[in-house]
Amino acid sequence: MTTVKGGFAPLAPPRFATEVPMRRPANLWRDAWHRLTRNRAAVVSLVYVALLVLVAIFASVVAPYPFQRQDLESTDLGPSAAHLLGTDGLGRDELSRLVYGSRISLAVALVDVLIVLVVGVPLGLMAGFFGRWLDVLVMRTVDVLLAFPNLLLVIVVITYLRAVLDQPSGPILALVGALDGITGGLLGVFIALGLVSWLTVARLVRGQVLSLREKEFIEAARMIGSTDRRIIVRHLLPNTLAPVIVAATFGIPGAIATEAGLSFLGLGVRPPFPSWGILIAEGVRNMRAFPHELLFPAVILAITLICFNFLGDGLRDALDPKLKVD
Amino acid sequence: MTTYVLRRLLWMIPSLFVVFTLTFVVVHATPGSPWDESDKPLPEAVKVNLAHQYHLDDPLPKQYVDYLINALHGDLGPSYRSVERSVSEIIGATLPVSAQIGLASMLFALVVGVPLGALAAVKHNTWIDYASSLVTVTGLATPPFVRVSLLIVFFSLALGWLPTGGWEGIFDVRSIIPILAIGSGPAAILARYTRSSLLEVRGQDFIRTARAKGLTETAIVVAHAMKNALIPVVTVAGVTLANVITGAFFVERIYSVPGIGRQFVDSVTGRDYPLLLGIVLVFALLISLVNLIVDLSYGFLDPRIRYR
Repeated sequence: MTTVKGGFAPLAPPRFATEVPMRRPANLWRDAWHRLTRNRAAVVSLVYVALLVLVAIFASVVAPYPFQRQDLESTDLGPSAAHLLGTDGLGRDELSRLVYGSRISLAVALVDVLIVLVVGVPLGLMAGFFGRWLDVLVMRTVDVLLAFPNLLLVIVVITYLRAVLDQPSGPILALVGALDGITGGLLGVFIALGLVSWLTVARLVRGQVLSLREKEFIEAARMIGSTDRRIIVRHLLPNTLAPVIVAATFGIPGAIATEAGLSFLGLGVRPPFPSWGILIAEGVRNMRAFPHELLFPAVILAITLICFNFLGDGLRDALDPKLKVD
Repeated sequence: MTTYVLRRLLWMIPSLFVVFTLTFVVVHATPGSPWDESDKPLPEAVKVNLAHQYHLDDPLPKQYVDYLINALHGDLGPSYRSVERSVSEIIGATLPVSAQIGLASMLFALVVGVPLGALAAVKHNTWIDYASSLVTVTGLATPPFVRVSLLIVFFSLALGWLPTGGWEGIFDVRSIIPILAIGSGPAAILARYTRSSLLEVRGQDFIRTARAKGLTETAIVVAHAMKNALIPVVTVAGVTLANVITGAFFVERIYSVPGIGRQFVDSVTGRDYPLLLGIVLVFALLISLVNLIVDLSYGFLDPRIRYR
């Protein structure tokens, strides 16, 4: 520490260890992490989500049986040592199906976040920054699509999509249809989700950009000759990151519930792929005789969605100190 | 005020028009007909006759205009699946059932959600607040088909208090589970908004004045704070309606309620496109009307808002 920057003399080194500043300088992300880890509900949820991710990745290790293995000698069994959560009408192990089902739910979560980041954020940034016709086009689209219940739109779109992919015209649709078949119908769900999951984030980012655009630091950046691209990527994007993270987290349970709902109705993932929505639909069919086949998937889905919501709540409180009451 | 209402009503026409056109195009662009998928394929001549009977062999613009004119006269065309009932008759028979359940669910949401949110705000950061937040997040996070499943498992199967399905009118015990399952979503939304809105209002000057006058805490919350806190809560009425509509898709199906939500799902899975189109139109009209009512109600709640 011999060089002197800006003409200031360096501080004398501390004589005792106790004089070392105990608190490192404030930093949004470190502060946010600190606040998040003090929120008990958020920590519990974070641990649950982490476990769920591990279970999904190592499903083949965690699951006691292959999810599609049928055992017609032991159908509709209650919970036992051999089958911790019992078996279904075809003698398939419920626990194994739930474990593999987590892969579908988490894939949906991942794709939903990707859509938000790849479609919602750039559209919001550009609509807010460039304004004019682009803003009108993007925001009117968002308004029209948001005016109707998400699920209503998704169901109408996926009905159309399923029919088109069943009788594909042209090589592109045939390829999409084939991929959809391999993924057990998951691709169709992703496309339908792509229509709705970016809407709120695009609107949110645009609003942020509209207010940030007039701030002095943007003016300063423009003054020193920064390009539009640089202003958007280096100045606007980082400043919208915190609300985007919160909104994306809140979007995840919605996407997982949408997939489960579509699969429940027979419009999403197709059997034998064990989407939690399919497990619940099969549970409903058998509920009078074997209520546990309905109870377990419903409870697991509920817990998962609740945890993502608590995580979103925690992130919002941690990342946006302005919103903190008291 | 009257001109404002009139103008808003006129504005509904183009937006409904857009919804109608989009749905019409999607429905007609969807390949295949409901007669394709039966196990015994129909002879080609029968298919041609069926298409002729439903005017599917007319040029698309003609079908579009014909449908529009008929729809304006309240005729939404024939249903593909149901021979004896037209789309209008099906909607006329099923909508009242869903409307009763929907209104009862909204009532439940108001009676449970608003007080729950208010209680959480008044007891802010106590165990009551945390317990209420757990209930609220559960209601917000779980989709209706999970809620109705769990309600059936507990109240019908484990405890045996309620039937596992059916519909005998709104005053029958069979309506309890659908109302709880659909209404708990809006109730959670209302509770959350009431809580945060009330917390915000509680810090304002006029509350301090009321406290300085020596009013009891109950009088402050009920007479002063709630009145102002409820204005933002009204904004979510549209969201609640969306929640009730999509909730009905699943709950009516699982609980065997003969409502419009179940008809919608059946029309989707059965490729009954005229029925699908008709029900989407009814939903769009309903949502537009509720949004208008919400906008108008601000004026009654907050006299500072003027309509021009």
